[in-house]
Order: sequence, then structure tokens, then C-alpha cells
Amino acid sequence: MLYRENGQFKTSYAADQQMLPIRQDQIFMLALVAFAFAVVPLIASDYLIRAILIPFLILSLAALGLNLLTGYCGQVSIGHGAFMAVGAYAAYNIALRLPWMNILVVLVLAGLAAALAGMIFGIPSLRIKGLYLAVATLAAQFFFDWVFARVKWFTNYAPSGSVSVPDIELFGFVLNTPQRKYLFVLAIVALFALLAKNLVRGHVGRSWMAIRDMDVAAEVIGIRPMAAKLSAFAVSSFFVGVAGALWGFIHLGAWEPLAFSITLSLNLLFMIIIGGLGSILGSFFGAAFIVVLPILLNQVPAALGIPISTAMASHLEFMIFGALIVFFLIVEPHGLARLWAIGKEKLRLWPFPH
Amino acid sequence: MQHARKIGDPILTVEGVSLSFGGVRALQDVSFDVREHEVRAIIGPNGAGKSSMLNVINGVYHPQEGRITYAGQVRTQVDPHEAAQRGIARTFQSLALFKGMSVLDNLMTGRNLKMRTNLFLQALRIGPALNEEIEHRAAVERIIDFLEIQAYRKTPVGRLPYGLQKRVDLGRALAMEPRVLLLDEPMAGMNLEEKQDMCRFILDVNDQFGATIVLIEHDMSVVMDISDRVVVLDYGRKIADGTPDVVRNDQAVIDAYLGVTH
Amino acid sequence: MLKRNWPVVALVVVLAAGLVAPLVTGASPAGFYVEVLLGGLMAGVLYSLVALGFVLIFKASGVFNFAQGAMVLFAALAVARMAEVMPWWLAALLAIGIMVVLAWVIERVVLRPLVNQEAIALLMATLGVTYFLDGFGQTVWGSDIYEINLGIAKEPVMVLDNLFQGGILVNKEDFVAAIAAAGLVALLALFFQKTPTGRALRAVADDHQAAQSIGIPLNRIWVIVWSVAGVVALVAGVIWGSKLGVQFSISLVALKALPVVILGGFTSVPGAIIGGLIIGVGEKMAEVFLGPVLVKMFDLAGGGIENWFAYMLALLFLLVRPEGLFGEKHIDRV
Repeated sequence: MLYRENGQFKTSYAADQQMLPIRQDQIFMLALVAFAFAVVPLIASDYLIRAILIPFLILSLAALGLNLLTGYCGQVSIGHGAFMAVGAYAAYNIALRLPWMNILVVLVLAGLAAALAGMIFGIPSLRIKGLYLAVATLAAQFFFDWVFARVKWFTNYAPSGSVSVPDIELFGFVLNTPQRKYLFVLAIVALFALLAKNLVRGHVGRSWMAIRDMDVAAEVIGIRPMAAKLSAFAVSSFFVGVAGALWGFIHLGAWEPLAFSITLSLNLLFMIIIGGLGSILGSFFGAAFIVVLPILLNQVPAALGIPISTAMASHLEFMIFGALIVFFLIVEPHGLARLWAIGKEKLRLWPFPH
Repeated sequence: MQHARKIGDPILTVEGVSLSFGGVRALQDVSFDVREHEVRAIIGPNGAGKSSMLNVINGVYHPQEGRITYAGQVRTQVDPHEAAQRGIARTFQSLALFKGMSVLDNLMTGRNLKMRTNLFLQALRIGPALNEEIEHRAAVERIIDFLEIQAYRKTPVGRLPYGLQKRVDLGRALAMEPRVLLLDEPMAGMNLEEKQDMCRFILDVNDQFGATIVLIEHDMSVVMDISDRVVVLDYGRKIADGTPDVVRNDQAVIDAYLGVTH
Repeated sequence: MLKRNWPVVALVVVLAAGLVAPLVTGASPAGFYVEVLLGGLMAGVLYSLVALGFVLIFKASGVFNFAQGAMVLFAALAVARMAEVMPWWLAALLAIGIMVVLAWVIERVVLRPLVNQEAIALLMATLGVTYFLDGFGQTVWGSDIYEINLGIAKEPVMVLDNLFQGGILVNKEDFVAAIAAAGLVALLALFFQKTPTGRALRAVADDHQAAQSIGIPLNRIWVIVWSVAGVVALVAGVIWGSKLGVQFSISLVALKALPVVILGGFTSVPGAIIGGLIIGVGEKMAEVFLGPVLVKMFDLAGGGIENWFAYMLALLFLLVRPEGLFGEKHIDRV
């Protein structure tokens, strides 16, 4: 009753091709964005912002990037943590050596560095597919792990191998409060989500999906596989590189190369599987899940009066992750995003059963 | 078939093409031509090499011998996407639709080779990128009207019945605005009504869109009805070439279909 | 044929040159070189064992078992903990039983519901199994570092000191490991060639549908295959655990078996062995001889080449010969 398309006629292709053609969706999204920008900074605690909202947003961006490559273009990558590292270290080195540069330009350049790395390690995808490609991406992961740990220039010859960054300064504002950091990250992530949605609706997005669904047929209708795959790697790595820079600069503040290890890569993959492959919204769902679950596992048993050690909680986390991956793959391979879509479908019929 | 169109000079010439996979000779020294605007059928018993011939024409397979001349240019080792960009489109016997996308999106992928705006403009979806999307949407809508599939625009193709999926396959090929359209058994698995519809569409494509049609088909009545000329293949060799009437009465063709021992 | 395969030949030549360079250029004494070589071979044996498990499962069911490493860890943990209260060989026997049960559970809960999905989905499912096994294993058996004591002396032995000046240090453990691995491979070869179950497994590996149509029960075969892979994982786990101590990092090190399978071919048992040896040797050589060169050239903070060498090698192989040295070429038919 509330969620009906009745009476919403589209009289032009432009109107039909809008991102959110149903008015209720438009209202909902506007309300959500307004809430996120205006209300949350006022009511959320510092802890909530620092420990949950900011990592959630940054990981959503990274998951979004990986989803573009794996969910939309069908190229599996277990090495995306490496491209986050490239973004983070590129941003660090640029900010260090060219301190006059605006942070936004630094982020873009960091993204471009990651995009370049992504394209280079994406070249094998022209010859190999599926799990062979997955193993090739592992090469990127371990190689960059090593590069940033050993090539001292990248860490500015720090004896411990760790780097740290001061708070970001943007147009005269220093981002030294959680609220300011949150708004900065929120703005960037919202923008990138919009860009991603547009790309996916455009002809490059369709070429990605065509390659994913049947690459031989895609070639036959005139899509150049090299252009499609490399563009997927490039755009995906750009997103992930920016996410990596944000992760290092805003969330961590100081990090060592192991901060972007294979564990992170696998987490990203899990996010998009659970959240929904080939779905922008799904990337956010998956990231939320991965961020919230460990916290739940730490708080809930204590709240229920059953104490468990942190090691035990970590083991439980692994077990639940693993079980959920298998569960989702069996029951709903399209992840939480599909469950959300099904929910919306039911809402359209409500209060009628069918 | 009496048509108002004018059949022109050969647009596609196949000369001495031979194709083998390991020890299997799929095609042996096949030569024929296809004139612009005509409807050319390739027929023959199973395993005669008909699909392989189409695959050679649009570059999916590369023949070991022989050459292909298309639109005045000799090209033998070409990639499928190059062939597509030069105006050769095709459908597949086992549908090659993009199961993860809707009908509309599948048809829009057919327009991809005409869409040129760069990544940045697409990401921002302003100006040229937006105009391009709308313009090509309009083109695709004309095809949707032509194929009478308006009601299924937003349906994921995987959910459509087989006959409609075949129509979407044809639509996607049409979206490429090809000069030559290769149809691999477009009527396989269809009932009589669906076949009549498909025949109508094919003839209209030939008429209104001006595309040259090369089609593989098993249903003899269809072949005799809509084609201008026919090539008959058997065991990878050409055994007859001419108008439907001539081919129908050719002894070698009759032998091939009835299975006379060679 | 040589002309078409020139990239592979070029790659092999470069690698072979790199292999003998330290010896030929006199950069290292012959004895030390042989020690490193042997060390590499021994490490390679362990990789081969893990890779063997991959290949077995892939051959029989087309599933790429990312969880092989976790299975190695799980089996090793089981043996290590149970051996605290019983002789190690009894613990190993019990562990075999546990691995069989595990195989049955995995087939029922994970494989059967996903039987018609594409390879990527199954890969990700085994990723899920990996995480689950890691957490479960450590919950049940504990997460400290445990020892497996096989009763073999741990001090290295000096051999061949008449041939090479100073002799070569060889670990008795490694020696036993190599023998055990060779024995296992021989046993598996016998199993596959001579027994009816082995024949059924080969039939299933060749063509699922054909095998089903002659009455081979696919589900039971898969339980058997995963059990065999579990036993292989057990052997690998025991050997590795005895050498390094049983700890979580084993399952990550087992990731190295992936490049082994790439090199050898996903469906080839000899490929897994040879690939493992090549990776083991290549890695050690790169770390010991190439590492210092790179450190000096680029002023690096220490070595660690062996963390990525295997993967880069696999990547190069993927580019020139995707099916591996012994694998089957994959043809896409339209």
C-alpha cells in the first residue's frame, strides 16, 4: 500500500532510466542521506563513529571496488588488499614529499597509482579465468606485501617499517574530531557510490556484465575483452586505492605493511559474497556485516552473562563467517542485497499476500 | 521469393576455406559467395560443418587454409569483435544471451560498439554520456517494437520462454545494425506459430533494415520459402549451390539427406 | 612445436640458468649449494603433499579445495593433542577416522547442495569451509603451538664429507618426510591403478555423467575422495607439524600449494610432485642466492623473497602455459 508504483508514469527515456525511478525510493534515499549527513554527527557517540561508522564506510568503498571487478565483471580477485596498500602508501609518499598538495588531489593520485597497479596485475586476465586468475591475484597480494615491507623508500626509511600520518587538513579545517572525519569519509563514499552506480548503468558497465555472463558472446557482439577487463581492473583498483588511503589516513593513523594482508583481501571477498555480488547496495550490506559481527560477538555473550575470551571470540567469528559464506552460497547466492530486494517486493504487495 | 529489394554484388566471398580441429576436418575447401541484400541459406545433414562455417565467417574460428573477402577487404584471421565492428552480427544455436541482465540491457549491449563516451563522462552521467544513453535507448526501443517484445523489457532474460529468448537473441544482433546477419538455426525448437513469426521477422529484417542474411536451418519448407540461394554442405564439403529449386532436385543433395553410402 | 612453445622454453631456460648460476659463478661453495638444494627439495616435498590433496579432489569432482590447508592444520592439531595422551601412531589412526567423518560432513553439507553451481561458487564455499575449520579446530583443540614428536632425532647429520668439503648437513626428519611422501604417492598410485574403487575414482574424474550412467555412486565417491585427501592432509600435517610445530600459520603456508598446482597442472598427480619440488627448490634458491643480490641492489630491508617468489613463478607460468606442465588444455567450445 505504501510502496506502489501506481500512477508513476514515465514519459521519457531519461525518466525511465533514472537511478531510482520509484518515487518512494527517491524519498527514502534522500531521507537516508540527509539523516547520515545532518543527524548522525549530532547523535552518534565518538566511539560509534570511530569504531563502527568510519570503518564501515571505508570498507564499503573497498567492497564496492571489488564488487565492480568480481561481481559485475566476473573476475575473481583475492589480492585486493594489495591495491589498498598501494593506495595507502602512494598517498603517504605523496603527502610526505609534496606537503603543499591538496588532500583531495593526493587521494585521486593515490587512486590512480592503485589503478595502474591493478591494470598491470589484471593483464593475466586476458589469458586466464576463474580460479587461475584468483591465484594470479595472490601474486599481487604477496608481492606488494613484500615491496612495502622491504623497499625502504616507501616507508621513508622508518626503522620499524611503520608509517604514521598527521590529521588531514582540508580547506583550512583540520579533521581532528570524529565528526569531521566521518563527514569527510561520508562525502567521499557517497560520491563514489554515485559514480559506481552510473558506471554500472552505462555501456562500460554493460560490457563488464557481458564479459561476466558469457565472454565469447560478448566478443561476438563487438565488445573488446581487453578494454572491458582492464577497465574493470582499473576502476576497481582506483576505488580500492582511495579506500586504502582513507583507511590509513583516517581510520588507522599509523600502520605497517601487514595492515593490508591477505586477511583483508579475504574479508573484502566475504563482504561482497554475503552482501551480494553485482550489487552496489550489497557492498554496503556486506561491509556492515563484517564490521558489526566481531563487535556483537564481543558484546553479546558478555551481556548474556557467558564470558568468552577474545581468542575464543575470534575463533567463533571465523566459524560464523565460514558457516555464513556456505549458507549464503547455498540459500541465496545473491546475498543480502537479494533478500533486501525480496523484502521490497513483499512490501509492494503489503498488506495483500500476493 | 519476390522482393522489392535489389540484390547486389557479392559482399562476402569464401574461397577454399579448410578448417580442422586436431584430426577432425570440419571444413574442406569450401567456396561460395553471398550477395548483398540476399537471403542465403546453408543447409546440410548434422555434422556437415554449417556452424563451423559461420564461426569462420565471424572470426570465432581461424581456418587453416583459404580466405574470406568481406566488403572488398580480404581478411582471414580476424577476431570476433573486429568482425562485429565491421558489420557482421550473429546469433547462436544454443542461445548466448547474458543471463544476468534484462531484455533491455541485453539489447543495449548490442549497441555497445556504437557507444563511445569515455569512463569519466559515464561516471558523471552528464552531457554526451547521458545523451548517448537516451539516443541508443530510442534505437533499441525501435527494435523492441519491431520484435513485439515490449511487455518483457525489464524481465531478466533467464525467465523468458525459449521462443522469446530466441527473439531477444535476434534483437541483440539487430541492435548492432549489421550489414551481414548470420543466423544459426534461428527456428530450432520452435512450434509452427513461432516459426511463422520468426520467418516474418527475418524477412522484415532483410527488407526494412537491408541486412544480408546468411542462415543455417533444418526446416526445408522454411529454407525453400524465404531464401534466395542455398549452399549445401556435407561432411565439410560443398555439394550444391544455387536457387532452392535447383538444389532441391540435385541428386547429390538427395543422396546426402537420404544417407546413400559413398 | 618448439617454435610455437617458445615462451615456455625461454622461461625454462632462464629458470635453469638462474638455478645453476650460484654454482657456476662460484658465488657459493659446492657443499653449501647442495645443502640449499636439498633443503629446497625437502620443503618441496611438503608442498607436494598439500598439492596432492588439491589435485585429488579437483580430479574427482572439479572442485578447487581452498580448505586443503585448513584440513592439514586440523588433522595436525588432532594428532598433536591426542598424542598427548596416547602413542602418536594411535593418535594418527584416530585422526584418520576423524578426517573421514569430516569428509562425509563436507560432502553432505557443502558439496551436495552446491553441485550444480559454477566453479567460482564452489571455490568460495571451500573458502568458507577454510574459515570454519580454522575456527572450529582451534576451538576444539586449542590455539597454542603444539608439538608432534615422532621419535626422530632432531639434530642434523653430516654426510658425504668425502665428496664435498665440510660435508652436507641433512636433517633426519626431512629424510623421513621424503620417504614417507614417496611411500604415500606409491600407495596412491597402486590404489588408483589396481583397486576397483580407484578405477571408479578415475572414471568419475574423467566424466561425471558417464560414470553415473554406469552406476557409480557419485556422492559416495566424493566422500571417498575427500577422505583420501584428508588422509593426505594428515600425513602432510604430521610431517609439517613435527618439523615446525603445529600452529595456525600452517594453513597460510599451505596457500603456497596453489602455485604448485598451477605449475604442475590441476589434474596431474606427477605434476603436483614435480611442481612442488620446483617451487620448493626455486623458493629456497631465490631466498638464499637471489635475495642478497636484490638487497644490495635496491638497499632493501632484509629478504623475504620466498613470500612471493612461488606466486610470481606461477603467474609467469600462467601467462605462457595456463594448463601447467602436465595439465590438460581447456578448450572452450561455442
